[in-house]
Amino acid sequence: MTTADPVTPLRPTTLERGRPVTVAELSWRADWIRLNTVRLIEQAGLGHYASTFSCAEVIATLYYHTLRLRPDDAGWPDRDRFLLGKGHVATGLWPVLADLGYFPADWLGQFGRIGSPLNDHPNMRLAPGIDFSSGSLGHNLSVGVGMALAGRLSRRDYRVFVLTGDGELQEGQVWEAAMAGSHYRLGGLIAIVDANGFSGSGPTSAAMNIEPLAQRFAAFGWLIREIDGNDARALLDTFDSLPDAESDQPVCVIARTRKGRGAALFEQAPQSWHLGLLSPEQQAEVVSEISARMQ
Amino acid sequence: MTDLAQGVESSSAPGAAGGRPPEPAPPEAAGGRPPESGGMVDVFTDTEIETAAAANPAGYAIAALADSDPRVLTLSADLSSPLAEFRDRHPDRYIELGIAETNSVSVAAGLAASGFVPYIFSMSPFGVLKCAEQLRTDVAYNHLPVRLVGRLSGLAMGFFGTSHHAVEDIAVARSITNMTVVAPADASAVVGLLRSTADLDGPVYLRIPERSPTVYKTPPVIGHGEWLRLRSGGDVTLIGHGMGVGLAVRAAAALAADGLEADVYDAAYLKPFDEAALVQTAARTGRVVTVEEHNEIGGLASIAAAVAGRHGLTAALRAVALPDADLEVGVPADLYEYYGLTVAGVVTAALELIHPARS
Repeated sequence: MTTADPVTPLRPTTLERGRPVTVAELSWRADWIRLNTVRLIEQAGLGHYASTFSCAEVIATLYYHTLRLRPDDAGWPDRDRFLLGKGHVATGLWPVLADLGYFPADWLGQFGRIGSPLNDHPNMRLAPGIDFSSGSLGHNLSVGVGMALAGRLSRRDYRVFVLTGDGELQEGQVWEAAMAGSHYRLGGLIAIVDANGFSGSGPTSAAMNIEPLAQRFAAFGWLIREIDGNDARALLDTFDSLPDAESDQPVCVIARTRKGRGAALFEQAPQSWHLGLLSPEQQAEVVSEISARMQ
Repeated sequence: MTDLAQGVESSSAPGAAGGRPPEPAPPEAAGGRPPESGGMVDVFTDTEIETAAAANPAGYAIAALADSDPRVLTLSADLSSPLAEFRDRHPDRYIELGIAETNSVSVAAGLAASGFVPYIFSMSPFGVLKCAEQLRTDVAYNHLPVRLVGRLSGLAMGFFGTSHHAVEDIAVARSITNMTVVAPADASAVVGLLRSTADLDGPVYLRIPERSPTVYKTPPVIGHGEWLRLRSGGDVTLIGHGMGVGLAVRAAAALAADGLEADVYDAAYLKPFDEAALVQTAARTGRVVTVEEHNEIGGLASIAAAVAGRHGLTAALRAVALPDADLEVGVPADLYEYYGLTVAGVVTAALELIHPARS
């Protein structure tokens, strides 16, 4: 019988809100997300490039600055929630969750294969760090209302962030949720609209006009912040100045973004790159463009 | 399967408490208020009848569940009257979401993912059919303990128009993976099934019939996935859910007067399905009549046929159900008469199986 080493109790590490980070670091991180997205899509054989690229700065700012998290205790009740309403950009979230330690980095190597916990759209039952499954557009703002109500009922001060696409706002359920969010004065609920102007089939408002977004959400009782969603400085400042979770008005951050942002190929033809697979030559061009910025 | 058949034959102690299983009430002596099957129901009323436990067992039973379980919440999609008792006892745990069923289901999913057990009160035609995708994607695929309490199922709102018929809900709900589907026979069974499903980790659809004929004197104890055997006999099997149970019990009594003995079951659980009970009785009688206020497609009739076929049983089947056709509109009692969802209709179906040459 050997003497056991003294046991050190494992204490989960809390990533607090407002972690120090520079704007340059966030912009670098957004490009890192883009680069990893390209590699994961190559591995899987198909993916949503342009939609992921448009919200890379949003994801970077939330996960490396804003959200209160415990990656080694993913279900911690006091964590801030993040719901990926536009679930088709989970490819951009997987590298982030691996980097923060939610799961081993080698899980990324399984992406796209049968049995992988990381799907093209996120599944809360399979992947640690996913607060709710998504894929069917229009649901997650409602789920966020439920989580914000739960926070109030259980007297916890967590915030609930829901990232929606702009095309997603054409789903009627979003407006049912918007009504409920202000009716119940859910100050801890933050909708972020990745307003990149495009849906799967073309310009969003050509299919069905969703503008003026600010007025529409304001008319539903939400506090509006309209910013350049690819500007890490603007995102940082906006998220830093959110009202307390106990305040009485939900917040809608309209993040005006560019679909395909960060790669000229995608920006010039955002529609073509909603869903696709780069040829080896195209991929080399995109990777080189992003890598040059990351030096 | 829980066998209550002996209870029927020796039912002399009403309201039995203690060790004995609750007894089915004989048709002639239905306890509580008299059966008024097929009457119209006003669930928006604030008058005493709808807030009374007899007319609104779910509202009372869930308020009682909430007394001892702080996770229990109620949500309403403009169906708050049946929650009057709950609102009085637990005002902070009642959430009204207005005429927005889809939002209600997804909000409930968010609450359930945060540790709560929400019971959503909704009208069956809208709660299940309109929200099938939210129930599937947000609730059932994520294994969340959301309970959908469907009031006004079947033809309970048959007077209002075909928009208000709920006759496909079981087919839809059963086909959703991880969903438990239960259909209480009467007010006492509502309480019994709420207790039976209270601690399940996954979602439940509770399909409540309105003013169905009384079957139980007290809430029956119902094991998970189990049917209740209400009468034993070897000539024909009668299986119902919801109002169909009361019809089956009464039809069995009528058949007994002619010397025919029916095996009678309450198929309270439609998913999981008590295959063993069905196989046992079908093998014994060789004749099975299913009785339900649901489309003949996708309900008990379909399930029974599939199970019988899979087990290689040679049983004659007959469905007393609603046809797959444009349904009529009218007062529920008239509609039940029109479609043969009556004691006489069940007796006729049973006799047609027992004496095929006559039909």
